[in-house]
Amino acid sequence: MVNHIIKVENLVKRFGELVAVDDISFTVAPGEIFGFLGPNGAGKTTTINILCTLSKPTSGRAIIHGFDVVHQQSQVRQSIGLVFQDPSLDERLSGLQNLRFHALVYNVPAAVRGERIEQVLKMVELWDRRHNQVRYYSGGMKRRLEIARGLLHHPEVLFLDEPTLGLDPQTRSRIWEYILELRQREGTTVFLTTHYMDEAEEANRIAIIDHGRLVAVDTPERLKKIVGRDIVSVKTDDDDKAAEEIRLRYRTEVRRDSDSLTFEVASGEEFLPAFIREFGTRILSVGLRRPSLDDVFLKLTGREIRDEEVSDVFKATVRQHGRHTRR
Amino acid sequence: MNNLRGVYTIWYRDILRFWHDKMRMIGSLILPLLFLVVFGSGLSARMGFLAPGIDFTQFMFPGIIGMTVLMSSFMAGVSVVWDREFGFLKEVLVAPISRASVAAGKTLGAATVALLQGVIILLFAPLAGISLSAGTVLALLPLMFLLAASMGSLGVLLATRIRSMEAFQAVMQMLMFPVVFLSGVFFPLQGLPAWMNILVKINPATYGIAPIRQVVLGVLPDSPFSINLFGHNLSLWENVTVLAVFGAAMILLAMWSFSSQE
Repeated sequence: MVNHIIKVENLVKRFGELVAVDDISFTVAPGEIFGFLGPNGAGKTTTINILCTLSKPTSGRAIIHGFDVVHQQSQVRQSIGLVFQDPSLDERLSGLQNLRFHALVYNVPAAVRGERIEQVLKMVELWDRRHNQVRYYSGGMKRRLEIARGLLHHPEVLFLDEPTLGLDPQTRSRIWEYILELRQREGTTVFLTTHYMDEAEEANRIAIIDHGRLVAVDTPERLKKIVGRDIVSVKTDDDDKAAEEIRLRYRTEVRRDSDSLTFEVASGEEFLPAFIREFGTRILSVGLRRPSLDDVFLKLTGREIRDEEVSDVFKATVRQHGRHTRR
Repeated sequence: MNNLRGVYTIWYRDILRFWHDKMRMIGSLILPLLFLVVFGSGLSARMGFLAPGIDFTQFMFPGIIGMTVLMSSFMAGVSVVWDREFGFLKEVLVAPISRASVAAGKTLGAATVALLQGVIILLFAPLAGISLSAGTVLALLPLMFLLAASMGSLGVLLATRIRSMEAFQAVMQMLMFPVVFLSGVFFPLQGLPAWMNILVKINPATYGIAPIRQVVLGVLPDSPFSINLFGHNLSLWENVTVLAVFGAAMILLAMWSFSSQE
């Protein structure tokens, strides 16, 4: 009896001088939703490429469903489903033909082929559009079709590399419904990379990767305890003066965003009334929130999980959470 | 078993795509027919008979068949580059089928499509004043297929190493016309200037055009249309052997090259 479906041991991948994946080890339990979190260029996609046999590790090894990703490629490939960051559909074929192709290549038995194709297409609500060529699908439909395709051969592990990147919020939440439903029904293990923090919250466990190194692997709740304390954000007349005052009075570090100050306190509800009463600088607004995975990431890596490649949707999400670029 | 399934699936997809794209089929027939009609009617009367009972249009017709097959199959690599550009290649590369079978499937798909196009050109035989018997057509099919598979393999081999669409198009442009013009499609192969003679004989396509012509025109090895190698006129089987050796080398190289890419 094995208690893990993915086992990664001391995995290293070098591209010349660059160490893209730097000695990472972790295991994933069957049925788990495992989030792989990090900014672009942190080594997420490189790791996935190794796990799905597209790329060979420089050293270390990875076992999926009992098969070695280097020496038992064919068995590994049969055990996994993949949804890539970039689309990988044949746009000139219909949705149905794309799935038929996949079923043939993955040797889905002819007797159940039609039934399975119907099942997954209905699940992602594309059954009515099955005869349309994929090039007439919207971005969200394409991604849904890819998810359906990834599930067609009943993989043990479904890899989702940024499955909702660039999709509108409505489609994103729909895709998440499918993923959760799937885990419920099939017990499929889901290995997912994302830099959407709110999506990572859905995972059972999260690995945070930065500069090719794993900095933490734990449940979202326990990771948030790393930050531990509540976060106060405040806008004032004079941020310089206020920052200085907070530092002196509460002996805590202050972070300056473009138009507000944030700092951590042990117990926010009790802190706020006293703070408002006694603070010397005029307060324009004040907010209190529990730590999010954003804060965890910031704490562990010293920077926010974002870069120039993030989509507009993500920026909107960030804004909604009230976070801004640090100076 | 897995490998055969892989070859079949990849082949099937190419046929399916070709079927969806009927404009491509029509488009690819225009150039050969243009050559046949314009060159044929323009030059035939002036040139008289090239051999007893064979005028220029009749001479050129088997060449046009070969050219159609050759151009279509050689371009097969485009679909590999295309798939890479549009991401579909990834779906193929992570599938539980061997890479070598993917290369073989691609080549077979291209060869099948090229063969179909060649067969359509055969329908225009009366236009060139040639009557084909059922036996001739049956003999032509394997010859056309061998030419298509050989050139298709070369195309797929190039596509595994040339990653960008632009570069691939450029290389194709650069190779296509010399290969076509120096293969004996448009002129008999004997009595050529020395430099041209060498180029014609190292061109593998030459050995694919010649047997098609031998079958269509029913000419003997000692006719002026044969390839003369070291003072010996190549027979149909000798031509086929040269082409088959080239084709086998190309398909093996293509399969190897496809397997070894990251």
